[in-house]
Amino acid sequence: MKQDFNEISLQNEDIEIMLLLEAIFIKYGYDFRGYSQAHIKRRILRRKELLGLSSVLEMISRVLDDRSFFDTLMMDFSINVTEMFRDPGFYKQFRSEVVPILRTYPYLRIWHAGCSSGEEVYSMAILLKEENLYEKAQIYATDFNEDVLENAKEGILSIDALKEYTYNYQLSGGLSSFSDYYIAKYDSAIIEPSLKKKIIFADHNLVTDGVFGEMHVVLCRNVMIYFGKALQSKVTGLFYDSLCNGGFLCLGTKESLKFTEYEKYFECFSEEYKIYRKKFKA
Amino acid sequence: MVYKAVVIGTSTGGMAALGEVLHALPRNFPLPILIVQHISSRSDGFIVRYLNELSAIRVKEADEKEQIEAGCAYISPPNYHMMLDQDSCIALSVDSKVSYARPSIDVLFETAADVLREGLIGVILTGANSDGSKGIAAIKKRGGIAIVQDPATAEAEAMPGYAIKAAQVDYVLSLKNIGAKLIEIVGV
Repeated sequence: MKQDFNEISLQNEDIEIMLLLEAIFIKYGYDFRGYSQAHIKRRILRRKELLGLSSVLEMISRVLDDRSFFDTLMMDFSINVTEMFRDPGFYKQFRSEVVPILRTYPYLRIWHAGCSSGEEVYSMAILLKEENLYEKAQIYATDFNEDVLENAKEGILSIDALKEYTYNYQLSGGLSSFSDYYIAKYDSAIIEPSLKKKIIFADHNLVTDGVFGEMHVVLCRNVMIYFGKALQSKVTGLFYDSLCNGGFLCLGTKESLKFTEYEKYFECFSEEYKIYRKKFKA
Repeated sequence: MVYKAVVIGTSTGGMAALGEVLHALPRNFPLPILIVQHISSRSDGFIVRYLNELSAIRVKEADEKEQIEAGCAYISPPNYHMMLDQDSCIALSVDSKVSYARPSIDVLFETAADVLREGLIGVILTGANSDGSKGIAAIKKRGGIAIVQDPATAEAEAMPGYAIKAAQVDYVLSLKNIGAKLIEIVGV
């Protein structure tokens, strides 16, 4: 009997979560309905627990009445765990295999989609600078979360993480010393300002916004893992449409195009580091 | 059959313990197995190759959005949480550490329990911290089965100890009896 009761209350919770996401979409225009359910449910239930609410239903009326509560949920739904030169092997591969091809272009357009607080954008800026490609590059760094984008623009690095970043930088095949690229101040470090020169930070939502110019490289690492399969396919299509022929799509090292309909439109350039190349039209 | 999957969590001493459990399972073991072993974020996948060598079932690193299949063991990649999604696909995440761990056993167990409910069998092996105890409680709450390695036989007894305290577990067994119990439950 108790079992049955649990069964019913748990199913209701799933329904309430769907309604909450619907309410957020209708009221604020941010669409989380296509996100991975495991991910979004974990986030919602954790917030519910932190607030001591008895049901997700209570969160619905709260989010409708209170914009700041929506901001809190939006922060919950976006993952902002990132590092400088995260997956150093990826940067090493990019430097040795992709950069020689990028050199053949007269100018470069690079899009970091879902750039979070900017660490990976600045990592790419450093790499391009060391390879003498920075001056002919234009980097677009976008995220749907404006607060996070503000942090990215400031380029503040956590002092605690500098040791790890320095190690990553060395493993990534860096040609200089990582300390050349930041200015340390008391308890934080700030990115060397010249690295910001060619980066445009902009608000862009992968779920609801469209194509973003014609790019030579699109980087979207560990963003689509939070999407459900249908949304993942849709966004991969957006990247396909935003790349020039022969342009590169870089995903997180555990992501792949394997389970999307777009696999056949890309050549796998690096299996290990998930670098794909848009096929030239026959 | 009512059971849909097995989840296993372990930390210190886990590689040898997993080896013993997986070695005991036949090639036609009828369920998928999802495994979280706490491991260095810079680990190179040795554990996957090692366990695949000595097991009759297939052992592989879990891929993002992969559909789980019977007779295959999926190991969480280093530095990622592994979750089971509503459509029984694997979802990876780089979300913050949980109980100081990424991958975290609780994250896998809680999400899998949520999707598979009474169809889930959870196993906690040797380990030196309390990760997994919330996950075991979540499995029991939804009517699944909980098996814990007897702390007295574990290389590190803390993790099984916390799991036993966290819920009314079904079996506390020595390592060599865990594989046999799994076979008995699913009736190979």
